[in-house]
Amino acid sequence: MSLLLNLWTILAVSLGVFFFLAGTLGLLRFPDVFTRLHALTKADNLGLGLVVLGLLPQMNSIHAMLKLLLIWLLVLFSGAIVSQMLAQAARSGEIDS
Amino acid sequence: MTPSLALNLALALLLLGMAGWAVLVRSTQAAVIGFMVFGLLLTLAWARLDGLDVALTEAAIGGGLTGFLLLGAAVRLRSVEHRATLQAPGLATRILAALAAGSVTLLLAFAVLTLPSPAPSLAPAVAENIAMTQVGNPVTAVLLAFRALDTLLETLVLVLAMLGIWSLADDRVWGGRPGFAIAHDASGILHYAARILVPIGVVIGGYIFWIGADDPGGKFQGATLLAAMWLLLVLAGLRDAPRVSSQALRLWVVLGPLVFISVGLLGSWLAGSFLGYPQGYAKLMIVTVELALLPSLTLILGLLIMGAPKREIGR
Repeated sequence: MSLLLNLWTILAVSLGVFFFLAGTLGLLRFPDVFTRLHALTKADNLGLGLVVLGLLPQMNSIHAMLKLLLIWLLVLFSGAIVSQMLAQAARSGEIDS
Repeated sequence: MTPSLALNLALALLLLGMAGWAVLVRSTQAAVIGFMVFGLLLTLAWARLDGLDVALTEAAIGGGLTGFLLLGAAVRLRSVEHRATLQAPGLATRILAALAAGSVTLLLAFAVLTLPSPAPSLAPAVAENIAMTQVGNPVTAVLLAFRALDTLLETLVLVLAMLGIWSLADDRVWGGRPGFAIAHDASGILHYAARILVPIGVVIGGYIFWIGADDPGGKFQGATLLAAMWLLLVLAGLRDAPRVSSQALRLWVVLGPLVFISVGLLGSWLAGSFLGYPQGYAKLMIVTVELALLPSLTLILGLLIMGAPKREIGR
């Protein structure tokens, strides 16, 4: 059982790290603000989500698991808000796209 | 190379690189953003060293609050930045400055590297006497019992800093509200974010404050979070910044330091020394001081960011 859980952790965290890598690559290579935001929020949503899901079985209390999930939800929320605001600012010409 | 050594090395290199970037980059704003990223990396470094209290403080105050203050300064200086770069000091001055800064760095490095091993430490003394304070977190015990005077002075410095910022106000607007962006958030996104995030943030801030007695956390980190939530409310236009002439505001600002000093005086009467705690009442006194400091620190940290009064009374 613990072998299976460990395998799950390795798989999910590796996948999460892959999304972070891809998101960073997109942030550096994509041509304008909107596509870069798209790449960045993918990293936050999926990358962090997979890392959190992968780490869940390694926690030794429900309390700690809930905290991890809360962190993910908060990052999701702030990521969504910030990317909306940045995209709006870019569209109205407040920042260079 | 073991994985943890590789991680530590990568972190150290990133820290040095980020520090170099913050110093060398031309644009002030980019330098400030570099400094904030540096603060986040430093948080990771402290967490790797098991200094979770310091890590929390670094994330909240070092990276977050100070970064925000510097960002405000960078925006304010933008109009004169170009002129300032034209008046850049000559080569000789710059070489002298680099030499001076470099030798300070070398001296510091020398001091750190020649520390006796094991380094002199008061940690065993703290571990031996922590039971007397009735709190479980040694950092809280040091900050509010063994070195309470330092913490008292720290809070007084914050009050003075806030007064310093207020004193930059024009005579015309003295007593008015800070000019902190009252965004008319047409899209409503920030408005929405504030409504969802503030209740959650207040609970987390309270939790971090409360857990500080036995685990990493405490009033400074909690107050920074609460101040951030307050700023979010103001930014989203849900609440206006307060008038600095408000008596209630001033009362709350000095409440924490006043309670701290009163507890100190009570100590010199009951326990024989300023800030001494009578036997058996240490935890009660510590919690009283922390509870009184929390609202004061929240207001002071928020007001530091909001800046000097900019609008006349009544506006």
